[in-house]
Amino acid sequence: MGNESFSAGREVLKPPVTQVGVVGWLRKNLFNNWYNSLLTLLVLYGLWATVPPLINWAFIDSLWDSSSAACRDIDGACWSIIPQNISFILFGFFPHGEQWRPITAIILLLSLVFYSKNKKHWKRSLAVYWLVGLIVMGVLMRGGIFGMELVETAQWSGLPLTLMLSLFGMVCAYPLGIVLALGRRSRLPAIKSLCVVYIELIRGVPLISLLFMSSVMFPLFLPEGMTIDKILRAQVALILFTAAYIAEVVRGGLQAIPKGQYEAADSLGLNYGKSMRFIILPQALKIVIPPSVGILIGAFKDTSLVVIIALYDVLKTTQVTLSNPKWMGFSTEAYIFLAMLYFICCLGMSSYSRKLEKELHTGR
Amino acid sequence: MPEKAATNSTDTALHVPFWRDPTKRGIVFQVFALLLVGGVGYYLFSNTQANLARQNIATGFNFLGKEAAFEIGESLIPYSAADTYAKALLVGALNTIKVAFIGIIITTILGTIIGIARLSKNWLVSKLSGGFIELMQNIPVLLQLFFWYALFYEAFPSPRQALHPMPGVFLCNRGLVLTVPEAHPAHAAMFWALLIALGLGWGIARWARKRQERTGQLFPAIRVGLALCLLLPALVWLGYGAPSALDVPVLSGFNFKGGLTLSPEFAALLLGLILYTSAFVAEIVRAGIQSVSHGQVEAAMAIGLRPGSVLRLVILPQATRVIIPPLTSQMLNLTKNSSLAVAIGFPDFVAVTNTTINQTGQAIEGVALIMAVYLIFSLSTSAFMNWYNKKMALVER
Repeated sequence: MGNESFSAGREVLKPPVTQVGVVGWLRKNLFNNWYNSLLTLLVLYGLWATVPPLINWAFIDSLWDSSSAACRDIDGACWSIIPQNISFILFGFFPHGEQWRPITAIILLLSLVFYSKNKKHWKRSLAVYWLVGLIVMGVLMRGGIFGMELVETAQWSGLPLTLMLSLFGMVCAYPLGIVLALGRRSRLPAIKSLCVVYIELIRGVPLISLLFMSSVMFPLFLPEGMTIDKILRAQVALILFTAAYIAEVVRGGLQAIPKGQYEAADSLGLNYGKSMRFIILPQALKIVIPPSVGILIGAFKDTSLVVIIALYDVLKTTQVTLSNPKWMGFSTEAYIFLAMLYFICCLGMSSYSRKLEKELHTGR
Repeated sequence: MPEKAATNSTDTALHVPFWRDPTKRGIVFQVFALLLVGGVGYYLFSNTQANLARQNIATGFNFLGKEAAFEIGESLIPYSAADTYAKALLVGALNTIKVAFIGIIITTILGTIIGIARLSKNWLVSKLSGGFIELMQNIPVLLQLFFWYALFYEAFPSPRQALHPMPGVFLCNRGLVLTVPEAHPAHAAMFWALLIALGLGWGIARWARKRQERTGQLFPAIRVGLALCLLLPALVWLGYGAPSALDVPVLSGFNFKGGLTLSPEFAALLLGLILYTSAFVAEIVRAGIQSVSHGQVEAAMAIGLRPGSVLRLVILPQATRVIIPPLTSQMLNLTKNSSLAVAIGFPDFVAVTNTTINQTGQAIEGVALIMAVYLIFSLSTSAFMNWYNKKMALVER
């Protein structure tokens, strides 16, 4: 008798169906109490009401490659606006026959970016590759030698302009930001107050006011007869703006370094420059990788603001396409395409920063 | 011995050349930096003077008193093209404040809800809010504004076929038309009643806390305060004879008459700013709540607090301390981003100033005005932040 119940007890009981598998997962994650169940049902209803019509609009009733006239007769999305105008949206006023040049430049840029992603390649040679790459890109864009047609900067537009503004914006703003952050932490009162005033002034005003300054005010600053390219002026405004934000992020990193590190560097007899270069900045910059990627993503998105001062970045070329009577009225599709472009770039940057953060985490 | 050391050190100090003395070197550096900045400033200033003189542009703010001669689409105060530039700029500034004020309130509420939803145990809700946050954060706000504006203009029908999602709400390409209660003096009185109720509630909460500290007796201050806020305006409303007339929008000709119309520009700007900023606010709220260590919650439950009290007395006070500073900077960002209104044609301060610059050619004064106005917003916010941080800072041993 006792033996029998013992053996029955030894029999492995399976967990109830309601606790494992799909049903268990559903119960645990979607229906674990009454208000979560209610919430799930509400959300499901909301999805059911919105997603199928959207799919219908985007995929089933849509046209992918047709004339604009055919698009006027359908209810769905007219994605045709993208392939029909792609070369203008991406490259703007760059001469049509020469568009292999910006394409090559962008491919070169992307391959450099992908090469630099690997931490193993972070050597002095990488800087050389970048320098060479940038020169080649510049030559490709401008032309004028090797039998390539000369293309003035006024004709640079679309995606190359967006990428150029953001790339140089980031690369030049970062060192300037570090200098400003060091200046703000300086013991010399005049330097400190100059940096504080600069940083707070820039952070207090919207980017548009700086862009207006570069477009309408800056020409007044220059001596008679001297002009500076409009794109370059906007580029300087973007750099000055981003640097102030970078400075605040870097200052946060500098403040997070324990005082003992500064004192240890001093007691080793290192001077200011060396103690910053070898002791403080390597630690501080590592801490601030995640927030500075946030700033850089912001800077990338902010390049779209040059639309307002009539530079032809990729957003402006899209708008020009949309102002063509033939393609008027398909803004939604064009903007969704552009949003996807920005989304992929920004998501790539942020996921890379998360990966880098993990790799650099040395367990301090 | 000490005397000898002192003379020794002064002796060596005398022999140290000035470029090896940190103090003197510091002074040289600073003088150099100031001279550099001053020199560049003077160079630009003199160039500007020469340019302005050559182009016959008058400097100074005299243009503010001249007639503006342009219309402004929406205005909180009466304005016509015959008014001065100063008044036009005031209209623009009020429009900026309007967008920022409404935007900040809705963004805070929406962002908090999404931030909490991100932490929800409900898989569907958590993933959806995560997707919303990623999507909104990674698309430029200007593109979003263009998108919503285009949607209003292209996708929504004309007033005659206006979408009618809820009773009293119409969506068409002339904007969002809402039913509102008809204007009545009772509304102003109700507003004052609400203010009085808030004041009373604050007083009661203070008294209740004092009494609890003295005697340990609890008083349901929050509930009483809420009841006051509802009851007092309701009583005033009843006292005025319960005016319940509604101003229902009706279609007349090609547009709606009556009701409250939000223009497409305003609606697109508000919607874009709210959605964009609330994604950032949601991340801040999430991080703030997660920053409270789990031990705090366990300790609070161990001393027998109810879940509501745990949230109110333990989690929220600690989370707010983390949340408020970045939240304020997001609010400031929303205010600064409202300047993008100029791109979709909403007459905010930047847009009006831009028109002014184009008409008068007073570029320097115009840009200086824009910067000054936004600096006032920012600096007053940072002043408030510093005060708040001091008040909330952890008092450590």
